[in-house]
Amino acid sequence: MTARQRLWAFLTGMAGLAAFYLWGLAGLPGFGAYPGPYGDIINRIALAQTNATGVVSAVNFDYRGFDTVGEEFILFAAATGVATVLRHLRGERERAARDEALGVNAPPTSEAVRMTALILAGPVLVLGWFLASHAQTSPSGGFQGGVVLATAFILVYLAGQFLALRRISPVDITDAVEAVGAGGFAAVGIAAVGMGLAYLTNFLPLGTIPGAVSSSGTIALISFFVGLEVGAAFILIVSELLEQTLLLREESR
Amino acid sequence: MNPARVLAVVTPYTVTPGLMDALQVTVLVLVAAGATAVVLTRVSARQVIALSVYGLLLAVLFLTFQAPDVTLSELTVGAVALPILLLLTLAKVRRREK
Repeated sequence: MTARQRLWAFLTGMAGLAAFYLWGLAGLPGFGAYPGPYGDIINRIALAQTNATGVVSAVNFDYRGFDTVGEEFILFAAATGVATVLRHLRGERERAARDEALGVNAPPTSEAVRMTALILAGPVLVLGWFLASHAQTSPSGGFQGGVVLATAFILVYLAGQFLALRRISPVDITDAVEAVGAGGFAAVGIAAVGMGLAYLTNFLPLGTIPGAVSSSGTIALISFFVGLEVGAAFILIVSELLEQTLLLREESR
Repeated sequence: MNPARVLAVVTPYTVTPGLMDALQVTVLVLVAAGATAVVLTRVSARQVIALSVYGLLLAVLFLTFQAPDVTLSELTVGAVALPILLLLTLAKVRRREK
């Protein structure tokens, strides 16, 4: 195919794509228009039904809780996959990594990075805990809170205390926390089935004050479990990836 | 929803619709610029940092379009989690290349 033919093939394809794209754009609803009834209905009834002022969380952990179970187990499966794959590689190459480490001269972490990481670690931990435990009153939730919680642990590593990172998040305990988080979510759903209700029915008392931390029944509980699962899964993935780096850093000092 | 049915909620933070439109357009342009910057950055470690900044811009975009929950998710995943994983992976891959 000559360059000229290729150009024509490209232009034909682009013309077709542009035509369909513009056709599709012309059929879109107006900017900001919302045709469906569900959002309006949920906005009207969610507060009365769930006592959660964070309506997004009410949708995530109650109205479409079954979807969220699936999403949570995607992350669970991903963490398991990463752990499995990297464990295999680590076993294979451990000796090689040790030999390489002797020749590597890793630059030391700067004092500014250590200081910033140390100062941030505590507040970030509190922020993560706040996000994970306030799904029912704010647009946060277990997913965001879990990642922020894990970030606090990574800050400890950044401060250069990798031995401290190992000590505060041993693999056994992190594994267990992840399992409790993932299992806890599913168990809340099964508990509802045991009481003769549909899976993941909100069976706990909703509390009297809308938007209080104690309100919204299973929504707050599920968000907490999701926070544990996500945080632990993320710490696991990162520490699996760090493992060799830690080994290298340690030996090159 | 039909705009006529929506009762205007006025708070101390309420801005005029025109100002909000200007903000949304500005952030949209910034997001487009950020995405272009990510593509044009050729050094992979720098590209990860550019990607992190792009994640931050996307988070601001979601905030200006009134989706605070998505903002939080994008902040944690796009600006923090993804860059960390990519940096660690880059470190691992580079070591093997040596």
